[in-house]
Amino acid sequence: MRYSLREAWNRVHAFFRSDQLDQEVIEEMASHLEMAVADNIRRGMSREEARRQALVRFGGVEQALEQHRESRGLPWVDVLVQDLRFTFRKLRRDSGFAVVSVLILALGIGANIAVFSVVNTILLRPLPFRGPEQLVRIVEKDPKAGESSKTYTADATQDFEQQNHSFQSVSGYFAFTGPDNFKLVGNGQPIPATGILAAESFFQTLGVQPVLGRLFRSEEFVQHAQPVALLSYPFWKRRLGGDPSIVGKAINLSNTSVVVIGVLPDTFDFGSVFSPGAKVDLFVPYIMDDFRDDGNDLALVGRLKPGVTLAEAQSEADQLFPQLYFEHKHPEYGKGYTGQLTGLKEYVSGKLRRSLIVLWCAVGLILLIVCVNLSNLLLARAAARSKEFAMRRALGARRGRLVRQLLTESLVLAAVGGALGLGLAYIVLSYLAHQGSIALPLLAMVRVDGTVLEWTLLTAIGAAVLFGSAPGLSMSAGNLQEVLKDSGPGVSEGRKRDRMRSTLVVTEIALACVLLVGAGLLLRSFLRVLDIDLGFEASHAAAISVDDSDGGNAAKRAAIWQEVTSRSLMIPGVESAGISDNLPMSRNRSWGIAAKGEQKRDDLGYLPVFVYIVSPGYLKAMGMRLMEGRDLNWDDVSNNRNVVIINQTVARKLWPGQHSVGRTALIGGTEAQVIGVIADVRESSAEDNAGAQMYLPATKQFGPEGANLVVRSKLPPATLAMSVMHTLREINPGQSATEFKPIQGLVDHATSPRRFFVLLVGTFAGLGLLLASLGIYGVISYSVTRQTQEIGIRMALGATQSWVQLDVIRNTLRLTLVGIAVGIIASLLLARLIASLLFQTAPSDPLTFVGMVALLGVVALLAGYLPARRASKIDPMVALRTN
Amino acid sequence: MGEPKLDLLQGTLDVMVLQTLEVLGPLHGYGIARRIEQVSGNQVLLNQGTIYASLVRLQQRGWITAKWGTSDNNRKAKFYGITRLGQKQLVKDTAYWQRLAAVMGRVLAMQGEGGEQ
Repeated sequence: MRYSLREAWNRVHAFFRSDQLDQEVIEEMASHLEMAVADNIRRGMSREEARRQALVRFGGVEQALEQHRESRGLPWVDVLVQDLRFTFRKLRRDSGFAVVSVLILALGIGANIAVFSVVNTILLRPLPFRGPEQLVRIVEKDPKAGESSKTYTADATQDFEQQNHSFQSVSGYFAFTGPDNFKLVGNGQPIPATGILAAESFFQTLGVQPVLGRLFRSEEFVQHAQPVALLSYPFWKRRLGGDPSIVGKAINLSNTSVVVIGVLPDTFDFGSVFSPGAKVDLFVPYIMDDFRDDGNDLALVGRLKPGVTLAEAQSEADQLFPQLYFEHKHPEYGKGYTGQLTGLKEYVSGKLRRSLIVLWCAVGLILLIVCVNLSNLLLARAAARSKEFAMRRALGARRGRLVRQLLTESLVLAAVGGALGLGLAYIVLSYLAHQGSIALPLLAMVRVDGTVLEWTLLTAIGAAVLFGSAPGLSMSAGNLQEVLKDSGPGVSEGRKRDRMRSTLVVTEIALACVLLVGAGLLLRSFLRVLDIDLGFEASHAAAISVDDSDGGNAAKRAAIWQEVTSRSLMIPGVESAGISDNLPMSRNRSWGIAAKGEQKRDDLGYLPVFVYIVSPGYLKAMGMRLMEGRDLNWDDVSNNRNVVIINQTVARKLWPGQHSVGRTALIGGTEAQVIGVIADVRESSAEDNAGAQMYLPATKQFGPEGANLVVRSKLPPATLAMSVMHTLREINPGQSATEFKPIQGLVDHATSPRRFFVLLVGTFAGLGLLLASLGIYGVISYSVTRQTQEIGIRMALGATQSWVQLDVIRNTLRLTLVGIAVGIIASLLLARLIASLLFQTAPSDPLTFVGMVALLGVVALLAGYLPARRASKIDPMVALRTN
Repeated sequence: MGEPKLDLLQGTLDVMVLQTLEVLGPLHGYGIARRIEQVSGNQVLLNQGTIYASLVRLQQRGWITAKWGTSDNNRKAKFYGITRLGQKQLVKDTAYWQRLAAVMGRVLAMQGEGGEQ
């Protein structure tokens, strides 16, 4: 061991003193030879013979020197340095080739890194909580009524928490918080802030520790306790200047003095896990006693006890949940929940698995196309260099050495491409991480980390081996004599290599075809989604959140709402205005509705229905269509009339085949008269079918949760925002500077995951198309160059220009057709795998197939046309004279 | 010289060099090579040049040292001498080669007298 250490050291040492050591040994060998010559002369040889004999016995000075170097230094490094030097020299001489291949590789590898990072963040990496595998999300088994049936009442939550034996703790948060539900009042204008009400031990359940201060304590969860808040890290940094002594200070939240007790870590991003795309600024205690009468509003998260499996917990939950009462105070409301336990990670990202895997495959296809393309480029180069290699082999280079040389070249290209790709990916990822508009969970946490770097290395090396081995093998396997005999351009190439290149191009076209068809199908689905009748007009309408200033008084609220709407209508350019507590495609809640006298729906006789507390004019402002009856009016509000507008789904379910206007419905025990029926509105996403909905006036019986003013106007939103805010401030000087949100934004947010996937897959398909056409162009163009002389002879013998052109195009067409045929078959097989991602589009949608194939065909022919034109312009005299 | 020369087995040259230096004291490369040829009765196939690879290897392992000096006929030459470490190694190697030779001898003798095939 000591020896080998010493030897290793000496070898490294010798490696760096190579020149000096060479000099010494050359001197030594010279004196060796002199001594041998002198000895030989002494033995009676002539001077010449003596020298010859000495050299024979010595056996080659160069070999001896080489052996000396090998046994003293680091031979593999020597070879590597040699190869690298040679590679750089070669690539510099061929800089066009080098730049093109590095760019292609950078695109291919960069795309792979970016997609891998997203996949890694959303699918592979565990959630950023302690012991994330123990965390479980609990929702109702059949969540048909939106968020309300994914939540539980305070009483049910407490009962389950106390009765179960599977969980260390069960906690939750208030699921119906709208954005900007608080305002931070300071020196200047109030700043809107989003605060989540967290139940006791919510953070303990997740295993989140504050960076400053402490978490909530039990005494803060009783009524009339000192109000306290935990701040999110970004909110603390941005809005409170990162004040290190913030803990214990009071801040003014919506005109209440609230004591800051802690700051949560930067790594805890509530929005990215529980509400994709939302930013959350602070947390306040969810005081159970405040919410006992409010129905289902807690979203539950539990932490399993160590050793308890999800299945065991599930079977316990199946026994417990049906026994839970909705409200202890009102046992007559009944009991009977269900509880579906899902691992939190699975709950958050499970739905995205298939999309992401498809994305991953698409980007993998891109890398394959990139490799095929480079293989082709390298093959073309190899053809040009085959003489050089044959010569080197004839001079004694081993085959392995040549393959190594070629692989070094590939690795250098891949390394530079990979480094560039990493840079590209970094830019793309930083952009993605700050896209609040994409409603994908965890996306904000996307970053380049160690795993991503490993993946980069793996991709780059994999690619290098893949695209480097084909030319390497074909080159070193060649017959020496054949290559040396072959006399350069003008003579048609060996058929074998030609076939290999054609195969590569066909592969490329087939891969591009699969990508294009896949992207086409997704694009068509996306267009179908955009085409959906949402039930409202998203364009030319915008919403702004109006601060509460009614102090919980219904009469006062009605007056304020009326003033806000009527004054908004006076703003020039505003066509209609109205208020609703909830907007479509954002948060939702549901109550029950029944037809009076026949409440036999569901267990309780009620149909779960999304509820919107609205002002008169809201339906018009949103562009919702009244099919029957009338809108609400201010008389309904001021007279506290119990009236309701239902959508067609409700009408169909409660009074099938009958007129519903004028009938009486039961809403949570209150009778209400149906005054209108509107067309169904997609309330939770563009893709799900519209559910049951009702619209109620903001009267004493029906309390709204916040207020969103919706105005419809053709004015640009920026202009409008200013005048609307001005009006709101006149009515309520405390109105905070809430954002003016176009309704189209809500729709875009809801469709953003699909948009995201379509955009990426589409980009990849475009890239694939580009690369494939490059490949075709390269191969055809190369074969034209090689056949210049042949074409010249043909033209001299009477072939016309168009004949030559047609011949080249025919060649292109042949490759393209074979590629497309293979591609179509592969696409038909693969499209079935993405069937679940499609929306109202068959996996074998003929229009998409025809369209994409036509596109590919046209681009391919174009790529072949350019060299064909060049071929037809060949002057036979010039062609025959060269060489 | 009717018989073809013996090809040197891996590692044998190093032992020969060590032994030569141990017995004859410091020598230059040419001297070592000549000596080995003479002792082996010109039976080994030795390109004299290969001796230098062996010398640098032994030197790096710390078994021999080298010093520039002047040869008998007044030529500048590098002289090699065995070190303590080299002597220890030589003892080990000698034992190894003798064991190997004895075993080979026995095994081959067995084949000679056993009538199987």
